[in-house]
Amino acid sequence: MIVDFVQNTLDGIFVGSSYSLLAIGFTLIFGVMRRLNLSYGPSIMLGIFAGTLLYVEFEAGLLAVAVATVAGAVLAGLYVERMCFWAIRRGAALASMVSSFAIWMQLEEIVTVVFPERTYPFPPLADFAVEFGEFFIRGDHVVMFACAAAITIALHLFLFRTRFGLALRAVSRNPAAAAFVGINTGLVLFAAFALASAIGGVAGYLIAAGDQQITPYFGLWATFKGLIAMTLGGMGSIPGAIAGGLLLGIIEAHCGWYLGTEYRDLASYGVLFAFLVFRPGGLFAQRQTVRSQLAERRV
Amino acid sequence: MSESFLNVSGVATAYGNIEALKGVNLAAADGEITCLLGPNGAGKTTLMMTIAGILKPRRGSITLRGEEIAGRAPRHIVERGIALVPENRLVFPDMTVEENLRAGAFARNDSANVDRDVQAMFARFPVLDERSTQNAGTLSGGEQQMLAISRALMARPKLLLMDEPSLGLAPLIVADIFRIIRELNDDGTTIFLVEQNAHMALQVAHRFYLIEQGQVVFDGVPGEMEEDEVIKRAYLGAEV
Repeated sequence: MIVDFVQNTLDGIFVGSSYSLLAIGFTLIFGVMRRLNLSYGPSIMLGIFAGTLLYVEFEAGLLAVAVATVAGAVLAGLYVERMCFWAIRRGAALASMVSSFAIWMQLEEIVTVVFPERTYPFPPLADFAVEFGEFFIRGDHVVMFACAAAITIALHLFLFRTRFGLALRAVSRNPAAAAFVGINTGLVLFAAFALASAIGGVAGYLIAAGDQQITPYFGLWATFKGLIAMTLGGMGSIPGAIAGGLLLGIIEAHCGWYLGTEYRDLASYGVLFAFLVFRPGGLFAQRQTVRSQLAERRV
Repeated sequence: MSESFLNVSGVATAYGNIEALKGVNLAAADGEITCLLGPNGAGKTTLMMTIAGILKPRRGSITLRGEEIAGRAPRHIVERGIALVPENRLVFPDMTVEENLRAGAFARNDSANVDRDVQAMFARFPVLDERSTQNAGTLSGGEQQMLAISRALMARPKLLLMDEPSLGLAPLIVADIFRIIRELNDDGTTIFLVEQNAHMALQVAHRFYLIEQGQVVFDGVPGEMEEDEVIKRAYLGAEV
């Protein structure tokens, strides 16, 4: 009994680390844009299909597939940025969100036309398992967790130790103030999108390698998981994205075990609903004083 | 008036269909403190935002030492040597005091000198030194104003735009801020100041302008006319 509980929690944490990565990408975009990018998952899906193309057509190695996946996700992400965010003025948050939905449909159509068979194989990453005592962890989950941890640390160093990180934080907090100290806000937004898409690409690669297959529905799936994990953690908060992803993973693992896998998604939507009602700001609700809100609104 | 440094002529800026500035003409002379007075909603902050490049003017010209800067991106304007101390300070609340200062130097490329300038700001404002690793949001209003001023100075501006630096501060702190303004000017910084506190502003200004409903209605030199008269004109209208 207790063994099952611990095993489920472990599984949840390892799977959840990939949700955390998805949520980090989501939250980076939301943090700097204050706008929601529904096309985030589909652009990752496009990257994974780029990797699959290399694998199926040219029998490319692991590294080439990984690079193609991340590069494809970044290119698709930047396309979304140009179409849905750069082209639509700031403040029109709804217009951006709706057009990102339109681009989502477009990306999905492109993939279903180019890849008519729906399900395609994706090369596995690690074919081993770690056992200790009564517990068991999949090798690709270990790699996934290690990558997630490394990316989180690297992102933290980037945000808090580099000049560009400083600019990104400034823009996300107050774009007008960032502009008049001389920061090129447009460039920062573009780069933040590229960074978020690259992180999403890594997450997509790890997840697809774990599943060993990919379908066009991955876009929907990734947008949902990332969006739920981000909302649970607190929109725009990176620690929140990490916590939200792990929490979602753990909830899913337990519900899948105790209630059956058919209830797994139902449970995660239920938790999302509960959060929206009782703690709408998420686990790491952003502290913002009324005074600073008023001050920012005036600009 | 000495050589004209900043020249604003015929500048009109609109929010949608509402023209907040309807052809503003004024000039700030090199090395002086120029002050813009006027009631709420007259367009003072709009003018500041337009000079800083945050808002684009519909018509008119803004020149700095003869170079046209109207409508350019804010970062180009910072690079040309104009820095803004915005209304309500707008420091980055969840960044440390030191990070705020470094953000102010973003348009510069000489990182070695930036370190030195950060130390210079700490020497000038010891209270910021004491709180260098604290988040700017935890500072008091007066401290945040000092941070906003030093953040702008980090750009090494030739012209400092100051929008209501005394807003919401206790009288003692206001006196402090005006002492700093005078010191900065003594050190050679040209200042263009927008103020509600006409009494304090007229004590430091070399020249003042009155703005009303988006137009400059009067300008003069403090001391040439009674302060009461200026204040009456500033807040009750030029025709009084």
